[in-house]
Amino acid sequence: MSTSTLTLARISPLTRSLPIFLREARYEFIRMLRTRSFAFSVVGFPVVFYLFFGIIMNRGEHLGPISVAKYILASYAVFGMVGAALFGIGVGLAGDLAAGWLDLKRASPMPPMAYVLAKCSSAMAFGILIVSILALMGITMGHVSLSFGEYVLMIALTVVGVIPFACMGLAIGLLVPFSSAPGITNMIYLPMSFCGGLWIPLMFLPKFLQKAAVLMPTFHLGQLMLGVFGYASTGSTLSHWYGLLGFTMLMLGIAAIALRRLELNS
Amino acid sequence: MSAVLQLPQLPAPPLAWPSNEAVASLNHVTKRFPGSVVALDNFSLFLRRGEVVALLGPNGAGKSTAVKLLMGLSAPTSGTVSIFGADPRNHAARMRTGVMLQVGRAPEMLRVREHIQLFRGYYPNPMAYADIIQIAGLEGIESRLFGQLSGGQKQRVLFALALAGDPDLVFLDEPTVGLDIKSRRGMWAQIESLAARGKTVLLTTHYLEEADSLAHRIVVIDKGHIVCEGTPAEVKSLGSTAAGASKSRSVKVICCATAIPANRLLEISGVTSATLSGEITTLITSQSESTLRELLALDPSVHSIEVQSPKLEDAFLALTNEHE
Repeated sequence: MSTSTLTLARISPLTRSLPIFLREARYEFIRMLRTRSFAFSVVGFPVVFYLFFGIIMNRGEHLGPISVAKYILASYAVFGMVGAALFGIGVGLAGDLAAGWLDLKRASPMPPMAYVLAKCSSAMAFGILIVSILALMGITMGHVSLSFGEYVLMIALTVVGVIPFACMGLAIGLLVPFSSAPGITNMIYLPMSFCGGLWIPLMFLPKFLQKAAVLMPTFHLGQLMLGVFGYASTGSTLSHWYGLLGFTMLMLGIAAIALRRLELNS
Repeated sequence: MSAVLQLPQLPAPPLAWPSNEAVASLNHVTKRFPGSVVALDNFSLFLRRGEVVALLGPNGAGKSTAVKLLMGLSAPTSGTVSIFGADPRNHAARMRTGVMLQVGRAPEMLRVREHIQLFRGYYPNPMAYADIIQIAGLEGIESRLFGQLSGGQKQRVLFALALAGDPDLVFLDEPTVGLDIKSRRGMWAQIESLAARGKTVLLTTHYLEEADSLAHRIVVIDKGHIVCEGTPAEVKSLGSTAAGASKSRSVKVICCATAIPANRLLEISGVTSATLSGEITTLITSQSESTLRELLALDPSVHSIEVQSPKLEDAFLALTNEHE
């Protein structure tokens, strides 16, 4: 009898939380999809960049065994998912915080993790959407040959790869006031993408930037994505996973400090 | 008790209510923000089951801080907060509490229906969807995006979210701000019906008329202290005392058009204040009958006489001014 009550107590929070989380995630995704300023820029930027640099300029080009359009597909896929995470979570959270909407959510019996996980899942869904559009463009217009296995690995890497940048979004959303959040996010997002070799392959960057790239989470995720096609140039796969893990821990630490500061002030 | 519940009007005042258990309380709470701003100073507030309490005060008085403490969104510097005998952050306490906050911007790209379903989903036994729509008056706009609604409609959606879990205790932070007269009356009727169903309601407002007509008990608060508390009638009477009238509870305000100068009027028995504004002289008196008799004898041509009870607004102003 006591065992059954215990099991019940252990299971019921999950069975209660799961539908809440699923509904929260679905509505978060719908909400962001309907917010045209968000959906157009987050999906539009990587699509337009890939169209110019991957397809119009480099269609069918090869550098030795490397298909340039396929190489750039990996870079812009990462560029797209990082944007979805930073803007969806960072700017979205800063907005909910500034408007007092988060207070209303916190005062309700919603499990707090449902809010964070919903935002993270929505960013993953946008990441998958972006990667799929870019892959489709590459295959149909850029003479890219992509196996089904490679596509599945890209999607899997998208789901995991969004997490470190979701944590960065969390830190930004908690630290930066809503009015300056989009600007500051861009000031982090664009240089971080360039220095991580997502716009121009790392080998074409100046030597000191190539060395500094190790500090960029975009570099590590970019190399992992290139690794799917066998194009990774520097460092072992394991070192890139460690790089992302370290960055995730750092961002979670910053977010925890920011949250503590907010709670002290409320 | 069921007979009381069936009454269409407000239930009996809280002292006559069968159960006086405190459903929510702030016990000697002090809230100090970094930078040593004291928002609440040794502040105590008790909500009894089924009563409607209005927290009335000017901006910056500490009303919102009190609500945030009761909702567990903020921790007191000292003192204790309790909801249904538990910590306000307790999950079970949150299940029985509904909140309407002043929200600058709710997610605009969700439909009214989606917002309500999302909040209903947080509770194991939510209020029926159709009931929420009917109570909050949202028929016909359920499919609109939140961002397309008028200010009054947005307020009604936020009210609906507070009701979603069919809570026993409802916090309403400035519930009728931005509403037109008709919607405001509609909202008042809904708040009254919540009280009639045995719900406990705490509302903050700067609409004095709202506190007067809705609340069983008014707590006037200024600079983190309780200035006074009591039934609307008691607060009005205290207010007129503060305004300079006698301590008698039968204080009246007499407005009339008379040629007699104010300094002569002050000699009439019971008159404590006489002010002339335009054609109309306003007297405050503690013995209205004898004041009127003397006034009529003194000035046979006096006309446009009106006798009023002091307005809550006067009381409120007097109380918070005195405190300064």
